[in-house]
Amino acid sequence: MSLDYSTSEFTIDRDRDRCIDCQVCVRQCANEAHYYDEEEQKVCSDEHKCVNCHRCVTLCPTRALSIKKHELEFRANANWTENAIKDIYKQAATGGILLTGMGNDRPYPIYWDHMLLNASQVTNPSIDPLREPMELKTFLGRKPEFLKVENGKLAEKLPPQLELEIPIMFSAMSFGSISLNTCKSMAQAASENGIMYNTGEGGLHRDLYKYGRNTIVQVASGRFGVHPGYLNAGAAIEIKIGQGAKPGIGGHLPGEKVEAEVSLTRMIPQGSDAISPAPHHDIYSIEDLRQLIFALKEATNYTKPISVKIAAVHNIAAICSGIARAGADIIAIDGYRGGTGAAPTRIRDNVGIPVELALAAVDTRLRDEGIRNQISIVCGGSVRNSADIIKAIALGADAVYIASSALLAMGCHMCQKCYTGKCNWGIATQDPNLTKRLNPEIAVKRLTNLLHAWSHEMKEMLGGMGINAIESLRGNRHMLRGIGLSDRELNILGISAAGE
Amino acid sequence: MDNNSTSNRKRIYAKEEVCIGCRLCEVHCVVAHSQYKNDIVKAYKKSPQRPLSRIIVEETRPVSFGLQCRHCDDPKCVKSCITGAMQQDPDTGIVTNDESRCIGCWTCILACPYGVIKRDFKGRKVASKCDFCIDLGGNPACVKNCPNEALYVDEVRISNDGGSKEKGGTIK
Repeated sequence: MSLDYSTSEFTIDRDRDRCIDCQVCVRQCANEAHYYDEEEQKVCSDEHKCVNCHRCVTLCPTRALSIKKHELEFRANANWTENAIKDIYKQAATGGILLTGMGNDRPYPIYWDHMLLNASQVTNPSIDPLREPMELKTFLGRKPEFLKVENGKLAEKLPPQLELEIPIMFSAMSFGSISLNTCKSMAQAASENGIMYNTGEGGLHRDLYKYGRNTIVQVASGRFGVHPGYLNAGAAIEIKIGQGAKPGIGGHLPGEKVEAEVSLTRMIPQGSDAISPAPHHDIYSIEDLRQLIFALKEATNYTKPISVKIAAVHNIAAICSGIARAGADIIAIDGYRGGTGAAPTRIRDNVGIPVELALAAVDTRLRDEGIRNQISIVCGGSVRNSADIIKAIALGADAVYIASSALLAMGCHMCQKCYTGKCNWGIATQDPNLTKRLNPEIAVKRLTNLLHAWSHEMKEMLGGMGINAIESLRGNRHMLRGIGLSDRELNILGISAAGE
Repeated sequence: MDNNSTSNRKRIYAKEEVCIGCRLCEVHCVVAHSQYKNDIVKAYKKSPQRPLSRIIVEETRPVSFGLQCRHCDDPKCVKSCITGAMQQDPDTGIVTNDESRCIGCWTCILACPYGVIKRDFKGRKVASKCDFCIDLGGNPACVKNCPNEALYVDEVRISNDGGSKEKGGTIK
């Protein structure tokens, strides 16, 4: 074997004054970065294997460990950065495409951080959410042109709606890409908090059917695990066209992750690669999409809203207009920061557009065409906190999808190594030694805490603006001002500049 | 004890499905029984005769769980102890070994059906076993420090005639 040019990304600092050689780090590292030297009778580390997931750091009882960026410097070069050089070494050694996990980490602008919220002062009163009722309830689905009321009752049945206690849903992550315990935790947290979680394209494990009222079942290009029982098990069906992290390409679950339960749930042979084609082979036009939407509506007797999830790409407004006209009830837009269990690095880092711009463009277009009521908009792709949600709703979203935030709540440390199947936090893995590290009881508590905390914060922000219902904020872009944005960007976002 | 009386007794249970085999319970057990109860580093580096862990993590991957003295209703170790060092508190049901009276004959080890008593040769040879951390107050150190909540304390109702009513049957 010729010389390997790769060098360590991180250094493991072990404070020998604190280390008690208890070997907790050795037992916890699935990458085998720590080992016990029998001869020396002490714990040592091979930093080359470290992915900086913080599992050992967090569990070390004496806090003896810290992980730092390796200080090995290439000669300073603004063009040939360390990453650029190392990527070439990697590809020259393997001949393969570069893989990564989680969302786009490049330093592109984050538009959420270029928008500021309004608050009431003197001329209108702010509202104290501790003293006055504040409404976050949200309904997703097609809304009629007008309501016909006879004898004080609705004369016509409303199209099917998804009822959410708060405008947040856990977005699609498949069983296969993540562990069953992770799916269970989200399903239970969704059902306890009156929101939805999404199966992703991996089918629905038999243990999770009981959470059906809080489940969105996904139909993706691979059609894994799709059968009539599955379609009718959830509260809504989502057709996945694209994913923000990898627009234009399909998914690939390596055969090693397809163990018995995944195989059963996906209805594919054990150990076989689960490859989702890039396109749906029965969808080449809006008309084809309409056929699938109505096939699914027929299959579920028109009782469930149908969502279509697409990645935010160029010309998204026109595409969403087509989706609305194809009969979808919900559009889910996934921005380029959206996460993934595995994606080619070049795709993740270079394809798609920011969800903030996409969301504003879509909302504007649907309003201009007079069809905004026909469809709800769900915004996903790096919603990091409650302020992002408030801004998304002011830009025109009905609700948001969160996935990375939910994973972080359950223990993810963003090491971006989901694709290796060695997730030390028991999330993106099927290894039975690792999956038991995620205790659903704890995870449900943590997810619930996050939802509660964000609800409180959203109410505070709404109250500050003098608004007492999330409905009154939807598409209310007067509540937003841009900071550090060009006229063109302000124009696309449909907001004024700070000071205007 | 009155033959018809009932009382609540605390027991430590393990949840095998979420035990991650990190053995932090063992580390904290050692610390809790050392002379530096609030300083892990000192407990390990300064105790000349560091105590043994009284909880044992049984492991055949991926299965693992922490096992310690069950504090049986009818403890064989107490019955077999030839010096009376091994005693059961009639109120709490906690079985402890009085190390000043223990002579290290290991009869208790022979009698224990769970294999949770260890031979401690570090000082005077004595039997080492879980004492429910009665000196610490509150929950035992292993339960308090389990990072994945795989150990928990539950109360079981004891009646003197029929033993404890608990999951997995009576512990006798």
